[in-house]
Amino acid sequence: MKKELGIFVLLIILCVIVSVINPNFLAAINLQNLARQIGAFGIFSIGLGLVIITGGIELSVGSMMALLGVLLSMMLTEWGFPVFIGIIACIGLSMVLSLGHGLLITRMNMQPFIVTLCGLLFYRGLARFITKDETKGFGTVAGLDFLRFTANGNLLGIPMPFVLLIVIAAITFVVLHRSVYGRYLFATGRNAEAARYAGINTNRIITLSYVIAGALTAVSGIIFAFYTNSVSPANHGNAYELYGIAAAVLGGCSLRGGEGSVIGILIGTALLQVLRNLVNLLGIPSSLDFAVMGAVILIGVMADQIFTERRNRRQLALVRESAARDATPAA
Amino acid sequence: METNTPLLEMVGISKRFPGVVALDNVSLNVHQGEIVALIGENGAGKSTLMKILGGAISRDDGSINIDGTPVEIRSPANASSLGIEFIHQELSVLDNLDVAANIFLHREPTTGGFLKLIDRNRIYRDSDVLLKKLGLNISSRTSLEQLSIAQQQLVEIARALSAGARIIIMDEPTSSLTLTETRRLLEIVKDLKAEQVSIIYISHRMHEVEEIADRAVVLRDGRNAGEIQQRNEITHERMVRMMVGRDLKDFFKGERPGNGHVQQGAGFEVRKLRTQRYPNHTISFTVAPGEVLGLAGLVGAGRSEVARAIFGVEPALEADMAVNGVDLHIKNAHDAITRGVYLIPEDRRQNGLIVDFNVRENISLPNLENFSSAKIIDRGRETKLAIDACKSINIKTPSPEMRAANLSGGNQQKVVLARWLTFSPKVLIFDEPTRGIDVGAKSEIYALIRKLAAEGVSVVVISSEMEEVLGISDRIAVMHEGKLTGILNRPQFSEEAVMRLATGVEG
Repeated sequence: MKKELGIFVLLIILCVIVSVINPNFLAAINLQNLARQIGAFGIFSIGLGLVIITGGIELSVGSMMALLGVLLSMMLTEWGFPVFIGIIACIGLSMVLSLGHGLLITRMNMQPFIVTLCGLLFYRGLARFITKDETKGFGTVAGLDFLRFTANGNLLGIPMPFVLLIVIAAITFVVLHRSVYGRYLFATGRNAEAARYAGINTNRIITLSYVIAGALTAVSGIIFAFYTNSVSPANHGNAYELYGIAAAVLGGCSLRGGEGSVIGILIGTALLQVLRNLVNLLGIPSSLDFAVMGAVILIGVMADQIFTERRNRRQLALVRESAARDATPAA
Repeated sequence: METNTPLLEMVGISKRFPGVVALDNVSLNVHQGEIVALIGENGAGKSTLMKILGGAISRDDGSINIDGTPVEIRSPANASSLGIEFIHQELSVLDNLDVAANIFLHREPTTGGFLKLIDRNRIYRDSDVLLKKLGLNISSRTSLEQLSIAQQQLVEIARALSAGARIIIMDEPTSSLTLTETRRLLEIVKDLKAEQVSIIYISHRMHEVEEIADRAVVLRDGRNAGEIQQRNEITHERMVRMMVGRDLKDFFKGERPGNGHVQQGAGFEVRKLRTQRYPNHTISFTVAPGEVLGLAGLVGAGRSEVARAIFGVEPALEADMAVNGVDLHIKNAHDAITRGVYLIPEDRRQNGLIVDFNVRENISLPNLENFSSAKIIDRGRETKLAIDACKSINIKTPSPEMRAANLSGGNQQKVVLARWLTFSPKVLIFDEPTRGIDVGAKSEIYALIRKLAAEGVSVVVISSEMEEVLGISDRIAVMHEGKLTGILNRPQFSEEAVMRLATGVEG
């Protein structure tokens, strides 16, 4: 919990600074937009976080969203699929492809970076091929109100994607921090060998994390598709996986695996979106927005590293102290 | 013996590690062109002494002279510049590079002035000459990964020679070689001697020592335990006697539990077991309920492989086993765990524990399903379990929330044991249970092993410590290079008997 506190403080400080310089930050419309972005980005970032906790990585998120986006558009506007079937098909396809990633990684012993990099290239190409590189969209086609509402609507003034994020975060919180699966996930990420010696089927645990990430990517993907209302297969979702990785790492996930939390990923996502918002509101040239993000992530992770080392030293001192206490009566 | 100054004199070398004295006032002389065998049991201090000579670790006391001049050896590079080269048991060649690159690694001759280009012509030419000299019929452009272990080892020797080695340390050089390859290596060692290179030869294989050594220096418990000066007096029997000749320490004095709690019944039966490491040897043994079977042998005898195969973390080629007459089918650790067979592995930091997890999480890990409802962990029960476990086997930790990495070795070992005690074990296999553990915690672990046996568990203790294996076991099975060479009953127990079987003399 201490880990998340540092990044949370950073988030608050940033918010205060931005709102002092430009009070428009606190305008209802800006906050609503911000929340919508946080919701859409947060959902898949949580999935990516799970993968990162196993010590893996998932790079195909953005391309997957492009592929799902164009397929969804074609299913609903060209092939006349019912909305419900379209949603199930999108989520199902994403889960199946991600299962493929997981199996290649665990059964074939391939490196997650390579497998998902190939996914990144392959799905993007596929999306462009099946659309003949034409932008697909939903226009004003009737009968898609539910999906439009999910992406653009509000519930009691709160943007739907944010509501969805909170629900999903609550569920994954329980899974990751309270359930047997979550504990196995951390064990596998920390030391897969020792986890195996404890009887854990690490291959299953790892594969499952990719499948969950796939499902959450599909949910985010559907929201993004309806948020932009048109999907350009060449650009849609470009580099989104990097937002997810950045959010997870900012939130305390280690790329070495075995560390991270849902709360941390949420705060990390929020921080990234606030930074993007800040670049706009403070009149910083938008060409600099990646540079700003890069700098803040670097500082955040550096600070976290320093705190972690300090905490470990303190624990060690505590052990020595108690060992000394045990030794005294004998002496 | 020569009366002139020895090439190498190590005098009064001592080395302490936290809690252990690894070397106590050890001396070793080597003359030019002499083959000195350094022998002793596992943990006698041979490796530590050689690491000091090789510059890998520093000594606490004593002095080292080369040609009569005192020297300081602070790093392997330092040792190399003094003409000392170390051929490690695990080869340290880079198999992504070719032979010449390995031979000249870190000593590459350069050309092209400040560009420091590697003088490729020279390294290939010089390497080819060296290879020919060692009778290795390959091109120096061959990639290391295409060579056999024996050939890679010769490349290491070539590297040592090209560095101008005067003393070559060989640590168990034949442990992974075939018989023919071994013969060849021994010939090369003799050739090196003829060229006035000195060899320090560490080996558990007594017949090799008999064949090539001019002198044998014996270490025991980190001290000099004598020396055999005359070539013709170096015999298997004599060396074994010198290696083991010592009194048992206090742990086991007058404490020979005998077969007190060995019960009737089938217990744990290993009928046929073949491991991947030694596919040609079939192992079989039984452990009655309440019995402690010691599994002795030298490093690399294949004992840990047997343990891992039983526990299912390393697939066995063949595994026909049973507990109390019921056949065991173990494909992975989960199968073993659900059938009451548990392993406390050798490397507790890498395999036994997740050191970044706290004590509570480590103890409950394999048994989480039983401490959760609907897959959600019951934190209260989990914490209570951990606290109970800490109390019952006396794990010293400020709280169950402490990271396992911060505990002492003995307490870490108890955490590994504690997790299996949350089940009701039928078979417990301890692999080197007291390695790196201080004396106090050791006797606690021994007491726990006895207590578990008294409760009817079939216990297997793999140990390289002679006194441990003699003290704790009801029977001792001994392995040598993958083969079970014999099983000793209590009346037959002696260090010599174990050592004889462990060095491959049929019993």
